Amino acid sequence: MLADLLFLLFSSVLLIAALGVITAKNPMHCVLFMILSFFNAAGLFILLGAEFLGLLLVMVYVGAIAVMFLFIVMTIDIDFAVLKGKNTNIVPMGILVSAVLLLELIAGAWGGMFHTPQQQTKPVMQEENAQILGEVLFTDYVVPFQGAAIILLIAMVGAIVLTHRRRSGVKRQDITKQIQRKKSDCMIVTEPPAKSGVAAAYFVGKGVEK
Amino acid sequence: MIEYLPILFFLGVALGVSVVMLVLPHIMNPVRKGGQKLSPYECGFEEFDTARRKFDVRFYLVAILFVIFDLEVAFLFPWALAFETIGWFGFFSMMVFLTVLTVGFIYEWKQGALEWE
Amino acid sequence: MLDLVLSYLDLITEENIWYVITTLFFVLLITLPLFGAVAYLTLAERKVIGWMQLRHGPLYTGWWGIGQPIADAIKLMFKEPTIPEKSNLIVYILAPVMVLVPAVVAWAVIPFDANWVLADINLGVVYLMAVSSLGVYGILMAGWASNSKYPFLGAVRSGAQMVSYEVSMGLCLLSVILLAGSMNLSEIVLAQQGMWNAVTLFPMFIVFLISILAETNRAPFDLPEAEAELVAGYNVEYGSMPFAMFFLGEYANMILMSAFASIMFLGGWLPPLDIWPLNLIPGIFWFFGKIAAVLFFFLWARATLPRFRYDQLMRLGWKVLLPFTLLWLVGQAFIMKLMQVGWV
Repeated sequence: MLADLLFLLFSSVLLIAALGVITAKNPMHCVLFMILSFFNAAGLFILLGAEFLGLLLVMVYVGAIAVMFLFIVMTIDIDFAVLKGKNTNIVPMGILVSAVLLLELIAGAWGGMFHTPQQQTKPVMQEENAQILGEVLFTDYVVPFQGAAIILLIAMVGAIVLTHRRRSGVKRQDITKQIQRKKSDCMIVTEPPAKSGVAAAYFVGKGVEK
Repeated sequence: MIEYLPILFFLGVALGVSVVMLVLPHIMNPVRKGGQKLSPYECGFEEFDTARRKFDVRFYLVAILFVIFDLEVAFLFPWALAFETIGWFGFFSMMVFLTVLTVGFIYEWKQGALEWE
Repeated sequence: MLDLVLSYLDLITEENIWYVITTLFFVLLITLPLFGAVAYLTLAERKVIGWMQLRHGPLYTGWWGIGQPIADAIKLMFKEPTIPEKSNLIVYILAPVMVLVPAVVAWAVIPFDANWVLADINLGVVYLMAVSSLGVYGILMAGWASNSKYPFLGAVRSGAQMVSYEVSMGLCLLSVILLAGSMNLSEIVLAQQGMWNAVTLFPMFIVFLISILAETNRAPFDLPEAEAELVAGYNVEYGSMPFAMFFLGEYANMILMSAFASIMFLGGWLPPLDIWPLNLIPGIFWFFGKIAAVLFFFLWARATLPRFRYDQLMRLGWKVLLPFTLLWLVGQAFIMKLMQVGWV
């Protein structure tokens, strides 16, 4: 009963938020709508008894991936006036992609991919599902698990190759160099005779011109 | 999943408190518009240009590295829970996983992606 | 259709109404004292830092400055709310909500004493990790929506910083989970009956303390609001109650992280030793005492340490804490495995 009501709440807000993601003009609003839809999807997962997946959805997708999206939206400068007129020329592409997705979904439904028990809102997973997940993930499904490692490695290397540039002409702190510096390398103790001052020539070539 | 229900109540109360706190000053205080009051703060100067500007891509790199390590932590959660039962095989499959990611980490370190100046 | 809607009316039974009333009562029983604690934490902060610097702190509002937080709250309530003309209205208004709500909602799973917990979920640690990672949104949104330079810089800095220390924080928590074999917060506390995790996992405890300083943007990691360069960081353009909400959220987060540290490492509601005079004191007092001790550490760090530079902060997070916690976790798991097999 209550589960049915909550299901209606979560799924309808999820759909509205998802619609918001694709219709909002301001990219910041898109990201916020996306976060809202993630939350509701997490609610649905928990309703199904998959509490670990639900919380991971919040932790990884909301806590990490959407933050990355937010950074991207913040770090590009958006010209809202340009954005407003531009939407029409991606419509054909959008229709194509959604048509392909729709076909896939229909094919999947035909093949019985989404066949679920009659009572859909009943918990389908057992208690302690994180532990059960762990028991099979690292033994029975070890190959896909290691595949995930490779994908993450590629993502990491790719991000660095694409975005990282070593800039020249900036000051960096080199900790080891800093620690290895000795007193004798940078300091000279002199006792100049009275009224003559320290001869300028004394400093030349000792690395303390500055 | 009934034990998650109090969290919804908490959410409701927190949102209620927030709305009250947002509305309260609008009721209690007169709003006098105008002047320089509503312009962006810039230490008393007129603002030079817009605050929406391109930003160092390095922050984006930090975000993407965080996504990867957060996923690593997410994988470690079930591993730590099932630690007793998965035996040496499960132990070493996680070690291989961590080694692959450590290779990436060392690459990133050597490339200087972790350095700020 | 109407039948369906009417059938939901069956939910309104006496039992369910009592459930709603009692749950709401308990939620308020946690939330309202939390706000009070936040108010007096600000006073404690000013007093403690004052004494550490041979000053008195607030003195004149009420006896011994005791009315100061209330006076501050009333002052903020009677300030004019402003919405900067260049800001993005919806995001600007939503930002303080996104700071305050996670800081409050996280308290749902905290066990205050044996069986004194509102939502006793199996995955308490993951829940707290997930909810505490949401705090970054309010800050990023505030910085972006203000459309002003200082808030923007503060927000981007703060976002990268919180994100960087979350990984090492997660790895610290994992070492505790590995030891306790559970993610239920009550079970983690009970697993520490013989010895606190702060003793067995001492280095991880230290890393955790450093990480929560950085997560809550506290000194010496308070670069987002470095007042000398960024005025006040992400909340420059906020005033009145929205500003108070940022403040509440930040301090509620501090208390939350202290409670989290007490549960994970300092044995929650358990007395230090299970001997006669100590175990007479109810567990909740031990728990509050431990929270206060960790909070004192927060204030002490602020009074003692100079602010980090941004490159030093990033270096500490990625190049020191992350490799160290990862290595420790692997080593700990290896030793535990050996013990399990019986080789050690």
